[in-house]
Amino acid sequence: MRSSRSFRRKEAYFAWLLILPAFVFIGIIIFYPMALSFYMSLFQIDLTRRAMGTPFVGLRNYLEILKSSYFWESMGRTAYFTVVSIALEMVAGFLIALLLNEKFRGRGMLRSLLLLPWALPITVDAIMWKWIFNANYGAFNALLTQIGILDSYRPWLTNPWSAMHCVIIADVWKVTPLVALLLLAGLQTIPRELYEAAVVDGATWRSYLFRILIPLLTPTFLVVLVLRTLDAFRVFDIIYIMTQGGPANATKVISFLTYQEAFKFLHFGRGAALAYIITLVVALLALMYTRTMRRQIEY
Amino acid sequence: MGIKRQKKVRSLIIGIFAVLLTLVLIAPPLWLFISSIADLQELLRVPLRWIPERPSLERYVKILFSQGPESEFRRIMWNSFFVALFVTMICVALGSLAAYAFSRLRFPGKEKILFVLLFSYMLPPIAVIIPLYQIFSRYRMLDTRQALILVYSAILVPFVIWLMRTYFDTIPRDLEDAAKIDGCSHLGTLFRVIFPLSLPGIVATLLFAFLMSWEEFFIALILTSTPQAKTVPVAIAEFSGRHSIDFGMMSTGGILAALPPILIAFLFQRYIIGGLLSGAVKG
Repeated sequence: MRSSRSFRRKEAYFAWLLILPAFVFIGIIIFYPMALSFYMSLFQIDLTRRAMGTPFVGLRNYLEILKSSYFWESMGRTAYFTVVSIALEMVAGFLIALLLNEKFRGRGMLRSLLLLPWALPITVDAIMWKWIFNANYGAFNALLTQIGILDSYRPWLTNPWSAMHCVIIADVWKVTPLVALLLLAGLQTIPRELYEAAVVDGATWRSYLFRILIPLLTPTFLVVLVLRTLDAFRVFDIIYIMTQGGPANATKVISFLTYQEAFKFLHFGRGAALAYIITLVVALLALMYTRTMRRQIEY
Repeated sequence: MGIKRQKKVRSLIIGIFAVLLTLVLIAPPLWLFISSIADLQELLRVPLRWIPERPSLERYVKILFSQGPESEFRRIMWNSFFVALFVTMICVALGSLAAYAFSRLRFPGKEKILFVLLFSYMLPPIAVIIPLYQIFSRYRMLDTRQALILVYSAILVPFVIWLMRTYFDTIPRDLEDAAKIDGCSHLGTLFRVIFPLSLPGIVATLLFAFLMSWEEFFIALILTSTPQAKTVPVAIAEFSGRHSIDFGMMSTGGILAALPPILIAFLFQRYIIGGLLSGAVKG
């Protein structure tokens, strides 16, 4: 009895010994700055006006942000980007997964090809689409005029409405293959017999889709949904390269707003407060994610 | 409408869809590549010529071998390799030890710590970058590769722990017990039994760590400013701003930046797809 307890204690010590290096490291580089970030958010730190010092302002940074229209506008844009891009990625990803679940020649090759957008660095994805959507020389304009859809070139990235959708296209092109791969893995766990039984019972394709496929894939859909929301919420790279938040703030999503506040206008205090608000939202989403995971494991 | 005809229609639809998908996947990067080998005059012509008349690899030669201002990009690519390599090594060293503890040992608070780790991985970088910027500035570490290595490793270690743990979990305990009876210590079984058996998982994890630090942009944008430490994504972003007239050079930089991750993805696709799936589905 005693020896088993001391054995267990030994095991716990050993475990801590193994974890400690990683934990100390993460503590110094992540958790300490995170705490510091909160501390900073309580001050008015404006590097463009150093002479004013850094007075303590409590929660005023937060209140100012929450009362401002620019914050809610950029939250709205972030939400729009998130909802539209995820909806497109889910639908297209599902269709691609259904396709790849069929047997046909070249299926293996097509599956490998899905790795291409995934492996392309996001920044390269962004310059690629920026070049394609170029107003004067872009391939998109060239294609549309050459097949007769447009009669003249359009400035896709400098028009507020189309700029947001160009950014969404760049994101959807990159991410859909990953969604498709995840959904395909979900599809492949559905036994073939279910499909055959449904066919024998005279089920139509549509009822098979809604009664069997989609319900069985719901856990995978949920995981993808939360995972992608987390990502979409911090979208930055594509925006920075393709539009710089413009035109007329049309693509200024929340992470870009925070970047500008802190590193362009050098309002470190308010930037930190903004960052904290984002962190809270992301933490909530992360919590939802782990909840979803747990429920999925019970499945 | 016989069954035969239905089957024909079905395979026709599948065929059309497959061809369309292939086009959508290939066309944009192909156009990027064509832009990198085409003459600038041809790229700027309206109506556009899709197939360049005189393709040349001149820009690649310039970037990779010349002594001019383009040679800066070489140095920047080396920075990216250097950073990604060290990050991968640190991640494996710290991550595999911790992952072993989480997979095999019993200790109080295990679940909570795992949750904290997962949370720190999901944290948006913006939440820590402002103080990190100030700290690195105080210790004169802004614009150094070391700063990037530290931050990337700290962000990726939790991810590595999480992934490796799921791999370690799949190894039967019997094997380990057998090794212990034969007189192997904890660490001994880690190196002799668990590591070799979870090699595919470790390879996948390594590749992910490498790919993520290769493409990271936001942190590098803020912490680096000169070719001394700048990484490829930052250089690419500048290309698109500064050289916005020289689309050829921008495309060449893009292709060069994309080459290492794409090669890795295709060479190791079995590991990568497996890793992607277990990473997302098991957490």
